[in-house]
Amino acid sequence: MLGGLELIEEEQPPALGILRRGLRESPELRRGLRVTVVFALLSAVARLVLPVLIQQTLDGGFDEGNVDVTFVVRTALAAGGLICVIYVLTTLTYRRVIETAENTLLALRLRTFTHIQHLSLAEHTSSRKGILTARVTSDVETLAQFAQWGALAWVVDSSLIVGTLAVMAFYSWQLALLTIVVYIPLLPILRAIQGRQLRAYNDVRTKTAETLGRTSEAVAGAATIRAYGYQEEVGDRLEEANRELVTAQTHAHKFFSVLAPTMDFFGGVATGAVAVVGVLLGPDTLTVGEATAFLFLVTILIQPISQLGEVLDQTQTALAGWWKILQMIDVPIDVVEPSPGVALDYGAPEVELRNVDFTYRTGDQVLHDVSVVIASGASVAIVGETGSGKTTMAKLLTRLADPTDGSVLVAGVDLREVSTSSRNQTIRMVPQDGFLFDTTLRENIRFGRPGASDIDIDAAVDSLGLGDWMGSLPEGLDTAAGERGEGVSVGERQLVALIRAQLADAGLLILDEATSAVDPETEVRMAAALERLSRGRTTVSIAHRLSTAERADLVIVMDDGRIVESGPHRDLVTQGGIYAALHRDWVGNTQQA
Amino acid sequence: MRLIGRSFRAHPIPHAIAITGAILFAVSVVALSRAIAWVTDELIVPGLGGDGVSNQQLLTGFLIILLIALVRGAGAVVRRYYLAMAEYRTGGTWRAQLYAQYLRQPLSFHRSTPTGQLLAHADNDLVVAGIVLKPLAFAVATVVLAFLAIISLALVHPLFGVVAVVLLPILMIINQAYSSRVAGPAAEVQQAVAEVTNVAHESFDGIMVVKTLGRTDDEVARMREASEDLRSKRLRVGGLRAIFEPLLETLPSLGVVVILLLGARLVDDGTISVGDVVGAMSLFSVLSLPIRIVGFFLQSMPASVVALERIDGVLDLPFPEAHHGNVDALPEGPLPLRFDGVSFAHGANIVLDELDLEIGAGETLALVGATGSGKTTLLELTAGLISPNRGTIALGGVGQDDLLPLARAARLGVVFQETFLFAESIRENITMGDPAHDDAVFEAARASNAHAFILETPDGYDTVVGERGVTLSGGQRQRVALARALFRAPSLLLLDDATSALDPSVEAEILRGLDGRPMTILMVAHRLSTIALADRIAFLDEGKIVATGTHNELLGLDGYRTLVQAYEEA
Repeated sequence: MLGGLELIEEEQPPALGILRRGLRESPELRRGLRVTVVFALLSAVARLVLPVLIQQTLDGGFDEGNVDVTFVVRTALAAGGLICVIYVLTTLTYRRVIETAENTLLALRLRTFTHIQHLSLAEHTSSRKGILTARVTSDVETLAQFAQWGALAWVVDSSLIVGTLAVMAFYSWQLALLTIVVYIPLLPILRAIQGRQLRAYNDVRTKTAETLGRTSEAVAGAATIRAYGYQEEVGDRLEEANRELVTAQTHAHKFFSVLAPTMDFFGGVATGAVAVVGVLLGPDTLTVGEATAFLFLVTILIQPISQLGEVLDQTQTALAGWWKILQMIDVPIDVVEPSPGVALDYGAPEVELRNVDFTYRTGDQVLHDVSVVIASGASVAIVGETGSGKTTMAKLLTRLADPTDGSVLVAGVDLREVSTSSRNQTIRMVPQDGFLFDTTLRENIRFGRPGASDIDIDAAVDSLGLGDWMGSLPEGLDTAAGERGEGVSVGERQLVALIRAQLADAGLLILDEATSAVDPETEVRMAAALERLSRGRTTVSIAHRLSTAERADLVIVMDDGRIVESGPHRDLVTQGGIYAALHRDWVGNTQQA
Repeated sequence: MRLIGRSFRAHPIPHAIAITGAILFAVSVVALSRAIAWVTDELIVPGLGGDGVSNQQLLTGFLIILLIALVRGAGAVVRRYYLAMAEYRTGGTWRAQLYAQYLRQPLSFHRSTPTGQLLAHADNDLVVAGIVLKPLAFAVATVVLAFLAIISLALVHPLFGVVAVVLLPILMIINQAYSSRVAGPAAEVQQAVAEVTNVAHESFDGIMVVKTLGRTDDEVARMREASEDLRSKRLRVGGLRAIFEPLLETLPSLGVVVILLLGARLVDDGTISVGDVVGAMSLFSVLSLPIRIVGFFLQSMPASVVALERIDGVLDLPFPEAHHGNVDALPEGPLPLRFDGVSFAHGANIVLDELDLEIGAGETLALVGATGSGKTTLLELTAGLISPNRGTIALGGVGQDDLLPLARAARLGVVFQETFLFAESIRENITMGDPAHDDAVFEAARASNAHAFILETPDGYDTVVGERGVTLSGGQRQRVALARALFRAPSLLLLDDATSALDPSVEAEILRGLDGRPMTILMVAHRLSTIALADRIAFLDEGKIVATGTHNELLGLDGYRTLVQAYEEA
């Protein structure tokens, strides 16, 4: 049951396409962009003040051992003042870029998160949880990293390159050209190094993941490893992974080591070339100050070029992340809430599935023309193997997804037309894994009916006969649930879900039984609590235990997305079909004891 | 410092080469500034001032600069590469030492330390501890550079030296101020990122609950709060960056202006040449970057030390002493098992209390008892995973203290409640690296009712399971783990509720199939159908064996009857 996203994932469009699309989706980014660019240009000017100052003073103030000190002082002070003013401007540029980026990211993150929240549960398969989480965390963080360093580098560095070349050309177009000619071979060299570096770092990432995987095996499998005396083999494998990782890391660093020094070397070559060619050009084309200023300009040019080179890869990663986020926003929301929608009457509703088909976006059809009527107040057990469509039926009944074809009617109303609040009030699901939020059990119960008082909660606990269980908890209902509720047992998590349903006083209960073993004590408690909870309500259980089916008014047997048998337990047993066979096995096993 | 010293001792050669490269780099940076001074005085001023320069001299100038640039580049490459090598090798050494601990420490070590923490040591802690090594050689280079720069400037004119002596410490102080001020907010940003991730994780993990409770808007609000918090913290860091980063670039520029002012006077006096001024200015303009890297070095120091201390916490643990004997061969065939006055306690909590139990060779014994009665502990003691505080556990007549652990492991098959599979092929998981004929593997898998589903996986027995492979269901995992145990043709099979995720009918079929095998079976059972298959049942309550006998015999006991009835309900 893979989600659909893998299939619809389109080829990543060119950078400009992503940029255009991204700008359209994030109006925050466009706001004040022009002012920011102007500021950035000004801050680039700051670095050019020095070479210009040097040129001015050398040509205007120094003359064959005699120095026009007043002129030099005046020019230098002016330059110093300019440097200070531009410092302030640069500070403002930094602020503006960072602020814009952060506002954009905030809006993008929230928008994506909200969108994912509203996607139907068909998109939220367990295999995709990681991907969904990555979209609002690591992908946005990639963009954030880029916004903090890369984006700033693009704005400031490109301004600086343009500015430097402009000043160079102003002094001597010949030397400017010479500088460009010297630096041009850098581009292919850098691309080649960076390409290799990227591949090498990919390898490092793979090796890191492998090493970590091996480490987690050594830790998680500690008992198995010891029981089988398997330490040496695991140790060898760890050692190998470790060795490969170190080799990969060192190899990848080769390219990193070469990168910046290569640029510096070219800077040296350019300095030498400019000095020599400058002198060769002669006093007619160039003054002493201009030539000296060139020595500085050549060095200044190196830094933004090398930074942009480094930022280029970061930019690619960021664009890829951006694209993934944009794609997420494009996934259509299937379950559209009606507004205002019909409100259901209080009480146990009749439930009907009418010719229901359900097909995942991948094309896997999991329900075929399912029709069934569940009387008001009845308790129904759905049985069938894994993958028979039981769980999908539960999802449709709670409108975690809508049927591809056909309709789900609750109290005669199509579920798609029932208002959100009324649906949440009337229909309650007790999910299999009994997920709890990382707060106290009491708060988790209160989610069943926001605003319920502690007295209401205690009453709900008592009415299900769970007072003694509550008493057995270390801190009663104030016990912490832990992450995902892992602080308490699976059975106890389900008990919390039952109390929550009781507190909400829903008319229709959907119970997804836990498959994993629950300790017998809790199991007994749960059965008793369920018994009380289901009184006066319509109950649909996704049953993994035949004892649950035995107690139900109606048993529905699913196979391969179809209802193959249905009727009361007794009838089905005497009928001698699939259910009867299942039951025979079960009885045979328990009665041997 | 201790940290650096350790890494240095472990990998002296790359460190030494790196530092040599770093010094080479520093020398050539200063040399280049002198070369620029020379070029200005000897080539540019006469050449463009009208005096003319010979081509010979031009070529010399070009070659000198080229040579120095080459040496500077080579120095930097050597420094970077060998330093990285030292860092990664140090990391590798530490990792290997951690692995040795993880594998050799007793199980109790793993039980008392959260998995996440152990993984963090081998991952994030190592990276953080290593970071401090990265700028090490560069820091050495910078100190050398600063020293050489000051000397070279002072040689040109003492006043220049004074400017350097004043400016360099100011830069360092500002840099330090920036580092110390940004450290707190930067850590807060990391926390805020973690919080955003938490919210996203929890929210998507519990999406079913979120949706069925109609909590979507509340979740969005929670996310908004976390994200806005993150933004405001990022903006704080950004604000500091905006102030300090440009400042660190501006100050050297102002220094250049000062040099120029001083230089104008000194050239006027005829004390120094124009080239001297230009060279000094060029040196000043490259000084800010190295200082920032030294700052980074100092800034990452505390975090690295803390990370290394965490790693040391594990590395410094003494290796468990081997207090086992050297009996390396147990008798052939099914092994009898005997517990004599065995006690085991977790701190003050007594789990097993003077327990006696005897299981005959080839017998199948089911352990029945309420949660917390000590069933799992009994199995773990038998497997030698933990040691009793008192008493003897004799396997095949040999007590646990006389037995070589590997000799025990060779004869044991163990399946725990929580099955553990390696991220390897299914075949590897069954054979655990033992090169075996397919028939033996298939036989074990068939006996575990796993053969059919294994053939249905994409690559059959070669299908890789786990994170980067196929995800197996709980029942499937249990069956593979069982096949692993059976493949070894164990003489004692320990099953700790090992078939809990299977259908009762499948479970019964598998267990019935074990009947004819020449082995003793000790199992924890929760289902009546399982209990029924045992030759004998031991009823465990509060760390003691209350009674042993057949199911019908034990039904006379109140405690046993109540418990088993509860199983039946379930």
